[in-house]
Amino acid sequence: MLARGEGRGARSGVHGTLLAPSFLLLASCLLLASGTAEAANSCVECHRQFESGASAPTQAMGHDVHHQRGLSCTDCHGGDPAATDQESAMDPAKGFLGRPARAEVPQFCARCHGDPAYMRRYNPNLPTDQYAKYLTSQHGKRNSLGDPDVAVCTSCHDAHGIRSKKDPLSPVFQTNIPGTCATCHTDAAIMERHGLPVTQHWEYAQSVHGQALLLRGDRAAPHCASCHGSHEAARPGVIAIGNVCAQCHSLTRDLFAKSPHKAAHEALGLPECEVCHGNHLIKRPSDEMLGTGPNALCVTCHEAGSTGFVTAERMRGAIERLKSELAGAEATVKQAARLGMDVSEAEFALHEADGKLTQARTYVHSFSADTMAPIAEEGERQARFAGEQGKQAIHEFHFRRQGLWITLTILALVVIGLWLKIRELEH
Amino acid sequence: MKRLSEFLRARYELGGLADLATHKTVPLHRHSFWYYWGGMTLALIGIQFASGVLLLLYYRPSAGEAFESVRFIMTKVEFGWLVRSVHAWAAHFAIFSAMVHLASTFFLKAYRPPRELTWVSGVLLIFLLMGFGFTGYLLPWNTLAFFATKVGTELAGIPPVVGPILQTFMRGGSDVGDVTLTRFFWLHVAVLPLGLLGLLAGHLAMIQLQGMSRPLSVQDERSTPFFPNFFLRDLIAWSLILGAVLCISVYAPATLGEKADPFAPTPAGIQPEWYFLWMFQTLKLFPGHVLGIEGELVAVGFTGLAGLALLLVPWLDRPARRGQSHWLTMLLGFIAVGYVVGMTGYALWIGKPH
Repeated sequence: MLARGEGRGARSGVHGTLLAPSFLLLASCLLLASGTAEAANSCVECHRQFESGASAPTQAMGHDVHHQRGLSCTDCHGGDPAATDQESAMDPAKGFLGRPARAEVPQFCARCHGDPAYMRRYNPNLPTDQYAKYLTSQHGKRNSLGDPDVAVCTSCHDAHGIRSKKDPLSPVFQTNIPGTCATCHTDAAIMERHGLPVTQHWEYAQSVHGQALLLRGDRAAPHCASCHGSHEAARPGVIAIGNVCAQCHSLTRDLFAKSPHKAAHEALGLPECEVCHGNHLIKRPSDEMLGTGPNALCVTCHEAGSTGFVTAERMRGAIERLKSELAGAEATVKQAARLGMDVSEAEFALHEADGKLTQARTYVHSFSADTMAPIAEEGERQARFAGEQGKQAIHEFHFRRQGLWITLTILALVVIGLWLKIRELEH
Repeated sequence: MKRLSEFLRARYELGGLADLATHKTVPLHRHSFWYYWGGMTLALIGIQFASGVLLLLYYRPSAGEAFESVRFIMTKVEFGWLVRSVHAWAAHFAIFSAMVHLASTFFLKAYRPPRELTWVSGVLLIFLLMGFGFTGYLLPWNTLAFFATKVGTELAGIPPVVGPILQTFMRGGSDVGDVTLTRFFWLHVAVLPLGLLGLLAGHLAMIQLQGMSRPLSVQDERSTPFFPNFFLRDLIAWSLILGAVLCISVYAPATLGEKADPFAPTPAGIQPEWYFLWMFQTLKLFPGHVLGIEGELVAVGFTGLAGLALLLVPWLDRPARRGQSHWLTMLLGFIAVGYVVGMTGYALWIGKPH
C-alpha cells in the first residue's frame, strides 16, 4: 500500500518539475566532482532534490539492507548513474527499467532473489524460493489474475527502506508481522471485495498467542505467518490445521492422532484442534472446558451416559483431585517457608506435582481416562508428599521454639544458682 | 573431684598452677564490667570450635558438593540446623565481643607497660577472627558468598607487588572457583585455628602472669579472687551469651540462599559481612585519584596503616608509657570508633532495600 503511494508520488514529481531537477543535477555534478561512489550516483543526487514523494527512496536508503550491502539504484532499476543528464541517465538503451508495475513487483524482485548463484554473493542463508512460493499463495494466485488488492513484496517489506527481518523496526520482524498483515486485512473495503472478515487481527490480539507475542514480546509465540506461511500465505484448510498446530504442540497432536477423536473428526469432516480451541481467538484453555459441567465442551457431542461422557467426567475428576491436593500442599509449604523453615525438598516435590498437572492436562488429548488418570495420580502423590514435608517443617518449627524456651529456663536457673553461690561466697 | 585432684597431685607437680589459680585476683572498681568481654569472647571461640568440629562431620569442601552438604546439614542431620545457625551467629557475636574488648582495653589504657605484648596478641587475634569470618563466609558456596569473596579477593589484589601474589594465592588461580573453596577451607579449619590457639595461649598466659590491669583513673585498691568469685560471674556472662546465641539461632536461623553460579551476573547490592563494611564503604567513597595515585590504592593503604597503628598503640601512646592519660589519645580513639561505627551504619543504611 505504502509503496503504491510512494510510486505515484514519484512519477508525478518527475514530470512536474523536470526543468528544476535538470538544472540542479548539472549544478550538483559540477560541485561533487570528488569521485566518491555516492557522489557519482546521479540517481541519488537528482532524487534528493525533489520535495515530493520522489525523494522518498533517497531518504529511506540509509537503512536499506541492499544499500548497506553495496547495491545501488541501478542494480534494480537499471540506467546509468554516472550520466550527468536525466535523458542519458534514464535511457532505456542503457538498461533503464524504471519503476515496475505493481503486479510485476514479485517478478522484479525475483530476478535476484530467485537466483541462488547471485544471492550467494550477499547472503547465502537467504532462501531463493520466495517467488515460487508466492505463486502458490492466495496473494500470488490473485496477483496473476490481475487483482490489484493483493499483497506484493513491497506491501510487506517496503520498497526502498527494506530492513532485515531481524531488525525490530522491520515490518516483518516477528512482533510486527500481525500489524503488517492487518494493514490490508483490517481494511473493510478491500476485504469486502474478497468476502473476507476483518476481525482476525482483533481476535488474534485477544488470543493466548497474541497476548504472548504482542504484550509480553515472547518471540516463541506464533504470529500470522507461523500458521499461514509468509510468501506462500494461504488458509491451512480442514486437513492441514492439525499439522499447523503440531508445529509447536507436537505431543498434543500425537495424542490426538492416536485417540478415537481422530477417526471421528475425519468421518465428520471436522478440523482437529479448531473444533474445541477456535482459530484466531484461541483463549487460554481452562479445566472448565473438560468434563460434563455447564462450560464443558465435551457435552456438546457426547450425551449423558455415553462412553465419551464418562471418560470426560473421569478425566476432569482426576484433574480436580490433583489441583485440590496441590493447593493444600502449596498452602502448607508456604506457611512453613514463612516461618523460616527450609522447605526446598517440599518445593521440589510441588514443582514435580505441578509438572504432572501440566502433563495430565496435555494427556487429556488422548481422550482416554486410563492413559491420563495415572499421570494425575502420580502428581497427587507428589503433592501429598510435599504437604507432609510442609506439616513436618511446621511441627519442627514449634518443637524448636519449645526446645529453646526449655533451654532458656535451664540457663536462667543456672544463672540464678550461680548468683546465689556468689552471694553466699561474698557474705 | 577430690579423688581426681589427689590422683593428679600424686603424680604431677601441679602446685604452681594451683597457686596461680587460687592466688590470682581481679581489680574491683567501677569499670570492672569491661573485664567480662574477654571471657565472653573466649567462650564464643569455644562455641565456634565445638560447632565447627560438628559441622566437619558432614561438610564437603568442593564446589560440586559444598552447597548440597550444607543443605543436608540443615535439613537432614538431627539438630544440624541448630549447629550451623549457632556457628554462624556465634561468629558475629565473637567478633563483636572481641571489638568491645579491644575498645575497652584501649580506653582503659590496659596496653601500657608491661602489657604491650598482651595488646599486640589481642589485636592479632581480632585480625584472625576476621580472617575466620572472611574464609568461613565462602564455605556454603552460595551466590552471596561467592560474589562477596570475588569482591574481597579483588581488594586483596590492590596493593602493589604483594597484592597480586596474595590474590593468586587465595584464589588458587585467576578467579574464584573450586580451588578457592578448598584453600579457604584449609585456612578456616587448619591454618587459622592453629594460629588462633597459639596466640590465644600466649594472650591468656600473659594475662595470668601479669594479672589484669587497673585503669589509671582508678585509685580503688580493692580486688576479688579470680577463682571462684570472678569465674562464677564469668559463667553467668557465658550463660547469658549462650542464651542470646540460641535465641537468635532459633528465631533467625542462618539461611542458605541459592547455590553459587560463577556464570551468573553479580547480584545488585553485594556487601561483605558487617565487620568489613567500614573498609568497604571507605573504598567506595574514596575519589578515583588522590594526588595522581589511584584512589583504591590509597584507601587500601590507609586501612593497612590504620591496622598497623592499632598494633603499635602501646608505643605510639607515649604519655601512657609514663602512666599518664592524654586527651589526644582519647580523642583519636573516639574518632576511630565513631568512624568505624558511622561508616558501618551508613553502609547498612544505603545497602538496605528502600
